[in-house]
Amino acid sequence: MYKVIERRMIVPNLHEFTVQAPAVAESIKPGNFIIVRPDQYGERIPLSVADWDRDAGTVTTIFMQVGGSTAMLARLKPGDAIPTFVGPLGKETAIDTFGTVLCVGGCYGIGSIYPIARALKQAGNKVYTLLEARSSFLLYWEDKLAKVSDQVLVITRDGTKGRKGHIDKIPEIMQRAGITPDLVIVNGCTFQMMRVSMVTKPLAWKTIVNMNPIMIDGTGMCGVCRLSVGGKTKFACVDGPDFDGHEIDWEEFLSRRKSYNPEEVDPLRRSSCRSHF
Amino acid sequence: MADEKPEKKKLDLSRRAMPKQNPWERIKNFDEVALGYLTRTAVEEASRCLQCKKPLCNQGCPVGIDIGGFIKCIVDGDYASAIRKIKETNALPAICGRVCPQEEQCEKTCVLAKKEAPIAIGRLERFLADWEAAEGKIEVPPMAPKTGKKVAIVGAGPAGVTVANDLIILGHDVTIFEALHECGGVLIYGIPEFRLPKAIVNREVEYVKSLGVKIYTDFVVGKTKTVDRLLEEFDAIFVGSGAGLPWFMEIPGENLNGVYSANEYLTRVNLMKGFRFPEFKTPVKRPCRVAVVGGGNVAMDSARTAVRLGADEVHLVYRRSKAELPARAEEVENAEEEGVILDILTLPVRLIGDENRWVREIECLKMELGEPDASGRRKPIPIEGSNFRVAFDAVVMAIGNSPNPLIPMTTPGLEISKKGGIVTNPETARSSRPNIWAGGDIVRGAATVISAMGDGKIAAASMHKYLMNQE
Ligand SMILES: Cc1cc2nc3c(=O)[nH]c(=O)nc-3n(C[C@H](O)[C@H](O)[C@H](O)COP(=O)(O)OP(=O)(O)OC[C@H]3O[C@@H](n4cnc5c(N)ncnc54)[C@H](O)[C@@H]3O)c2cc1C
Ligand SMILES: Cc1cc2nc3c(=O)[nH]c(=O)nc-3n(C[C@H](O)[C@H](O)[C@H](O)COP(=O)(O)OP(=O)(O)OC[C@H]3O[C@@H](n4cnc5c(N)ncnc54)[C@H](O)[C@@H]3O)c2cc1C
Ligand code: SF4
Ligand code: FES
Repeated sequence: MYKVIERRMIVPNLHEFTVQAPAVAESIKPGNFIIVRPDQYGERIPLSVADWDRDAGTVTTIFMQVGGSTAMLARLKPGDAIPTFVGPLGKETAIDTFGTVLCVGGCYGIGSIYPIARALKQAGNKVYTLLEARSSFLLYWEDKLAKVSDQVLVITRDGTKGRKGHIDKIPEIMQRAGITPDLVIVNGCTFQMMRVSMVTKPLAWKTIVNMNPIMIDGTGMCGVCRLSVGGKTKFACVDGPDFDGHEIDWEEFLSRRKSYNPEEVDPLRRSSCRSHF
Repeated sequence: MADEKPEKKKLDLSRRAMPKQNPWERIKNFDEVALGYLTRTAVEEASRCLQCKKPLCNQGCPVGIDIGGFIKCIVDGDYASAIRKIKETNALPAICGRVCPQEEQCEKTCVLAKKEAPIAIGRLERFLADWEAAEGKIEVPPMAPKTGKKVAIVGAGPAGVTVANDLIILGHDVTIFEALHECGGVLIYGIPEFRLPKAIVNREVEYVKSLGVKIYTDFVVGKTKTVDRLLEEFDAIFVGSGAGLPWFMEIPGENLNGVYSANEYLTRVNLMKGFRFPEFKTPVKRPCRVAVVGGGNVAMDSARTAVRLGADEVHLVYRRSKAELPARAEEVENAEEEGVILDILTLPVRLIGDENRWVREIECLKMELGEPDASGRRKPIPIEGSNFRVAFDAVVMAIGNSPNPLIPMTTPGLEISKKGGIVTNPETARSSRPNIWAGGDIVRGAATVISAMGDGKIAAASMHKYLMNQE
């Protein structure tokens, strides 16, 4: 069993979740994920790592409450125990001295982009971090990110902070600031990763996305996490989760990710649990 | 009547049937299909044994169980000695008795195989293991004094559990690291409840724990800690990480929704208990028309699982003929009884989806049998222009697995075969690195439970020698 150290809602529907798991903490690298099971009947769900403390032996993730399993996680209190917290899984994000790197985070990806930005900064890159949210009250960890970035840029859809607009505005914002990134790294919801890949493709800005398909084992055993990259089938849990965003078959990816909605998501809508959405 | 020559008792040579759940009942539940011998039937079956002077059956058993010996004990009514005899060489008889392909092993070499029908060795083995469990008197073997040597085992499948069992008895300190949240490997996530109840697998795992083996689940060696990192703490390592990488056919449409690897399909149902969704939270689809591609045990298990999940029609799509089906004969028979339709000499070439990217049809080619190929079986050759399409709303790919690449990828200096397996010396199960041993499916590719256990035995013996500085 793994002890929950902290679980608190940091902005509406997003929870910061810290668990005691020393062996996992010891080996984590930016871009890895863990798999958690909330109780003995629970699904195995993957969450990206957002921070860790090797001395204290703790691992922090940020999760969004979307369906049944994340709703169970959202009810955990410090001191509770969960049966599974396994990792670190997946290949780490490649960290090197690339020059100028644009780190894009949205939703839970604001958390998981943090260790990536930190490592890139340590490796001597110029790091610009761009956060996107529907509104300013959905932003978090801006201070943490500011410490590891040369500059933090913000886009909100309602204009309550930073640039008003959609993630599609990235090229415009960057060009106006006079920045041409050597590499773009995106963490967050699928739609955001897809849109960023689409707008950077014509500019030939190399774009790495941290893919989040449905998973079960996370060790390459079941194949449910497969996706097409450059026309080849890859297993995200062992070949990724980082892939070149310009090579992904996004339409296939989105449809595979929704394939259990009739079982998992629709019943919630029909029940009284409106709070899930 | 002393002067009368005692009449030689005539042997009743007919093999005793094992009671099973009726097909029309069992397709509605996940309970075990085969119900096991009653004591009387077991003794009758054992009495058929000729007690050959030079028995051939033992030679067919990959771990060389003293088969004649344990059968004799059954005839004498001494079940405790019988099970003890088996356990001298096989720590998991309840499992082997259920899933070994006996017709390819011990029962193939039994002399009665050529006359009437071979002794039902597997069923007798199962009878004894179940008898022992029911008596509740599982005997603990004598334990050697502690040696102070530490051994790590990667993977809690049959190979790893066998090594753990043997080495703990020899006095070593044994720790198993298992990636999943439950132990048993394929016995837990692959082979369904209706063929091998999970309570039996758990019982065996609890048994090695009771001997003092430490088990860490949720620990992915190579990720959580590498083999080399473990070698800082342990004197020797056994890798039994199995054949966890599913193959696909590499035909168009395989990434459509509704197309599953057998591993995914079976894991959702067995390990995650999807058939009890939503009590257990992992969902599993309940499609109407299911095609399972393949012909081995994995394919049979997938097809029979689909039947139990309520499919109207389940087809097994296999490219060779029925005689070549690699699955256990008993399971092919069970599958057919349960209504699985065999589409033999059929090769899928394309999967066709609808506008929402859900699979709707398979396009297949008819095959004919040509000359024998490398495996000795007649090679299936496509008949040109024989393409036809059949409607399905789910397709399960059960065409094989390769060795799990995680340990080979993260352990420098390990010699790896072309097929991705760890290369070992067959006499010692030792790898190219002196303190690493390996066995089971990670070495052989998808094989059998008993061969994984056989490898485990060989490895344990060699590791013991090494640990005691006897080499
Ligand atoms: C590598 C990776 C990293 C991820 N990192 C994070 C993270 O840091 N924070 C976060 O909030 N979310 C993350 N996700 C997504 C997260 O796993 C899903 O939101 C979660 O599984 C939903 O579970 P649920 O039962 O609450 O929702 P459900 O009701 O089960 O499903 C809601 C939606 O979530 C997706 N989903 C369902 N089951 C799974 C599954 N087993 N694996 C992946 N997706 C699934 C599907 O698209 C589904 O439509 C990540 C996914 C992957 C693959
Ligand atoms: C559906 C199905 C039906 C079958 N039916 C039969 C049958 O009827 N008869 C028969 O004889 N054989 C059958 N087999 C084959 C048989 O199950 C295997 O040959 C046997 O289980 C191999 O044992 P193993 O110990 O080598 O590996 P596995 O049973 O595969 O166990 C390997 C274990 O290692 C774990 N692992 C992997 N990587 C790591 C890591 N990096 N760190 C920690 N743990 C790790 C895995 O999670 C797993 O638990 C069947 C196989 C399948 C899939
Ligand atoms: S272990 Fe398998 S091969 Fe050996 S006697 Fe038992 S059933 Fe036969
Ligand atoms: S999650 Fe099972 S293979 Fe990737």
